[in-house]
Amino acid sequence: MTNRQQQNQDNAGVITKLLAAVVIMFAFGFALVPLYEKFCELTGFNGRTENIAAMTIDGMVVDTSRTVTVEFTTRTDRGAPWSFRPETRSITMHPGELKQVNFIVENHTNQNRMAQALPSVSPGEASLYLNKTECFCFEQQPLAAKETAVMPMRFYLDPDLPTSIHRLTLSYVMFDITNQVKDVATTAAR
Amino acid sequence: MKIKTKSLLWALAAALNAPNVLASNELRLNMPPGISDMSQKVYDLHMLVFYICVVIAVGVFSVMLVSIIRHRKSNGRKPATFHENIKIEIIWTIIPFIILIAMAVPATITLLELDNTDDSELSIVVTGSQWRWHYNYLDYDVQFQSILATPNEQIYGRLPKSENYLHEVDRPLVLPTNTKVRFLITSEDVIHSWWVPEFAIKRDANPGYINESWTNIKEPGIYRGFCAELCGQGHAFMPIVVIAKEPADFEAWVHSEEQRLAAEAEQEQKLLAMEMSKDELMDLGRNIYLSQCAACHQPNGQGIPGVFPKLAGEGMAVGDKTAHINIVVNGSSGTAMQAFRSSLSMSELAAVITYERNAWGNNTGDLVQAADIFNFIQGEE
Amino acid sequence: MSTVVAENNDAHAGHHHSKPTGIKRWLFTTNHKDIGTLYLWFSFFMFMLGGSFALVIRMELFQPGMQIIEPHFFNQMTTMHGVIMVFGAVMPAFVGLANWMLPMMIGAPDMALPRMNNWSFWILPFAFLIMLSSMFMPGGGPAFGWTFYAPLSTSYSTDSTALFVFSMHIMGMSSIMGAINVIVTVVNMRAPGMGFMKMPMFAWTWLITAFLLIAVMPVLAGVVTMVLTDKFFGTSFFSAAGGGDPVLFQHLFWFFGHPEVYIMILPSFGIISAIIPAFARKPLFGYSSMVYATASIAGLSFLVWAHHMFTTGMPTFALLFFMYMTMLIAVPTGVKIFNWVTTMWRGSMTFETPMLFAIAFVVLFTIGGLSGIMLGVTPVDYQYHDTYFVIAHFHYVLVTGAVFSIMAAAYYWIPKWSGVMYDEKLGKLHFWCSLVSVNILFFPMHFVGLAGMPRRYPDYALQFADLNAIISVGGFLFGFSQLIFLVVMVKCAMKKGEPAPAKPWEGAEGLEWTVPSPAPYHTFDTPPEVK
Repeated sequence: MTNRQQQNQDNAGVITKLLAAVVIMFAFGFALVPLYEKFCELTGFNGRTENIAAMTIDGMVVDTSRTVTVEFTTRTDRGAPWSFRPETRSITMHPGELKQVNFIVENHTNQNRMAQALPSVSPGEASLYLNKTECFCFEQQPLAAKETAVMPMRFYLDPDLPTSIHRLTLSYVMFDITNQVKDVATTAAR
Repeated sequence: MKIKTKSLLWALAAALNAPNVLASNELRLNMPPGISDMSQKVYDLHMLVFYICVVIAVGVFSVMLVSIIRHRKSNGRKPATFHENIKIEIIWTIIPFIILIAMAVPATITLLELDNTDDSELSIVVTGSQWRWHYNYLDYDVQFQSILATPNEQIYGRLPKSENYLHEVDRPLVLPTNTKVRFLITSEDVIHSWWVPEFAIKRDANPGYINESWTNIKEPGIYRGFCAELCGQGHAFMPIVVIAKEPADFEAWVHSEEQRLAAEAEQEQKLLAMEMSKDELMDLGRNIYLSQCAACHQPNGQGIPGVFPKLAGEGMAVGDKTAHINIVVNGSSGTAMQAFRSSLSMSELAAVITYERNAWGNNTGDLVQAADIFNFIQGEE
Repeated sequence: MSTVVAENNDAHAGHHHSKPTGIKRWLFTTNHKDIGTLYLWFSFFMFMLGGSFALVIRMELFQPGMQIIEPHFFNQMTTMHGVIMVFGAVMPAFVGLANWMLPMMIGAPDMALPRMNNWSFWILPFAFLIMLSSMFMPGGGPAFGWTFYAPLSTSYSTDSTALFVFSMHIMGMSSIMGAINVIVTVVNMRAPGMGFMKMPMFAWTWLITAFLLIAVMPVLAGVVTMVLTDKFFGTSFFSAAGGGDPVLFQHLFWFFGHPEVYIMILPSFGIISAIIPAFARKPLFGYSSMVYATASIAGLSFLVWAHHMFTTGMPTFALLFFMYMTMLIAVPTGVKIFNWVTTMWRGSMTFETPMLFAIAFVVLFTIGGLSGIMLGVTPVDYQYHDTYFVIAHFHYVLVTGAVFSIMAAAYYWIPKWSGVMYDEKLGKLHFWCSLVSVNILFFPMHFVGLAGMPRRYPDYALQFADLNAIISVGGFLFGFSQLIFLVVMVKCAMKKGEPAPAKPWEGAEGLEWTVPSPAPYHTFDTPPEVK
């Protein structure tokens, strides 16, 4: 009898630990989402650039010894009634130099719309060195009816950019998020 | 101009195709060595790893075979009793380790080279969407989409299958030889994967992200590839065809293509003023519908319940005309319905919408003209 | 199985009274042998169902062109085939074997948690009923492959995805319950003197498998939950538009998926490690290195997941890391194969059906393992990835690996389960038919894959036609060969055959052979003494 009780007690101990492990692993599955984001941020794993304005560094040395070509591509998401394009296909620049590129979006409709652009950089490692001081992609962009907006993007390449990279591509996809944002009218009027 | 380029292109295609036709029906059992230095290196690495594996397999299996033949009870064998030998166990842990290093070294070298997309001379954005590829020459004003050219009649066995069954597209990607070409690969909807075996390139097209890869083709020719990531029911029906031309020929092609596309756009403006008759619209619309829409909505407009909406007798095609134009022009986010604005001309859009509104007994009587599309896009609505 | 029970232990007398009969016996049973039987028959049924889906696929692929089914239905078939074979056939079969054999192998009276055991089985049929019923919804069932990559399974799937997710949750729960049960049983209920390093390999491999299950099934539950909320509740874990990343799905899925692969093969290692010594009449070579090899395979399985995703566009450092880790797994796996071969070496072998399947396992699993090394080499994987070469590889490890080992186990232990010997002639016929047809089925897939045929294609270019026809013929031969297996097993279940002695195999070792055949309904109520 005591044997049996002892056994049950032992079992309860193991079961508790295992159930705890199950709960922890379930939570771990979800914890992997922010961990992955952080990991990508640190390593440029998926080529996303940071969504905050980088500081301009005073007295940053422009590395004139080499030039890097930066290409721009754009895409409009399905269902988004506008055209979206970069003013220029590509620019050539020195690391450490601050450059501005304008993107043009034309809202074809008679309605106020809200847009959000998402960047992606290839090769992914380069995203660590592409620092934007100003970008339309940092926030949602209100587009008034029939508006043609010129949206600036100012950025520099960190002089620490690996010397093996001579060309990189910055791609934007513009999503229509009008339906997700409730107060379009007010924002657009502002 | 248009006709001339096209026929020239086809003549070239036919000429280059001749040796391929013979090869395509041969029973191929191994990976193609391909047509670039990189693909050759990948092939060599494949063969190296394969031979190492064969040697290991032959070794293990022959020991087994000897054992099976000799150490059987029917031979009157008495079983030995040994069951441990630390020395031999350490040896057969270390030897495989060394063999693996012998594979890892060339693999690492090849990988580093393969992943180096730098110093490319031409960039092409490859965009996958259900179920076609879209190519954009970043350095030129040339972009177009590439759709399966094999007719449904061949797929469903009503016509004999042609030589390049499921391996042919309406507009192949044209690339220069002896040029480092960089592909920027992305997707509009689900994940696709752009694969041309002859280039040893396979890269996933992830929606919202870009991936890159490169090739440097040595020989002019026609190279064919596939979508390699399950992307829905048309997965097998979005092939890739690449025509490689000498750089000079490529220059000529790309410039004539620029002119052609510009001329088309100009003509488009002229056509805006033109009214097409119902018959013309329906004829053109039917062709467009079959090549662009029927994969999902089905040739009879019945769609697939729960997956692709039915057009015959219900929904969009018999509802509000503007909403119908809107969804065809702009597509619908998060669904397989793409924005045809980027791939069809205004008269083609008008024709296909007219067709959908009048075919299969819909008989709304609505005619949509190119000007209507133009006005819609200009935001008259 | 209703034999007289020796009631010699009052502590357990409680569940010896009034054994219900008929359907109630099976519905309410808490007996490990009954539950094992249920699991095994269920998995055989699912094997035949999943197999018939495979035959639909092979019928369509017999010739180029769409002949029988539509591409959308084809995708449902590939999806259901995968899900059913993984979660419905292979995994429950191993749980069934664990239920039957583990208590007898370690000298325990039953599984540690008999009521939970009943639950973990009986929720399974409902999980699969839910999943199969989704095929009758408008738009059909899941059509995004068993790997359900987002966003094909989120924004672009049909509403039946909710049922898919729900049934995956239930299957996961069932697996977790089964794993907890195995761990508690093995840890706490070993007979006196049965130290860990004296346990049969099958107990060891299952113990390690159970820990893998505990570690990864909750992650799978998390992933399917994210798919559900992405599709129906507006989250965007995997949607770029909302700041998510579709590739993240693959990382999460394969973090589950790769250990899952080992979950489906480690118990096989245990089975083969029992059968080869029995028929070579010689103890297993390198028992302790087998244990360590199994543990290190399990450990490494958490560090290789991204080798399923080489083409997703990872940075070079990640590609190299996952390539090296993947190659490393070959070392402990090689150790196992060498140990089996050395066990056979200078033995005194006979070749009854279980041994035939075990030898076929070693040979064909080695082929699958070697093609696995090829796939692990990143630059060439760019060419192999998502082609029939991959299909060939994982069917060699799963069909001629896992499934062959399960069949070997069934032949090996059926005398203990039923009390009669199986029909050796039919068993050998089954083996030879299976062996020949399975190679006609899967071997040409290597070639058709290298030649460039992508997987999950309902239709293909003409150059792949000849090999596909051969593969389809092999598929039908293999499928119908399994009917012989059914006949053999049904004959045993109906007690038709020679009565089996307690230990029918001359060289067999282990506590299970010390009890009579068929094994009494309750065994080891008094724990045996292990020297």
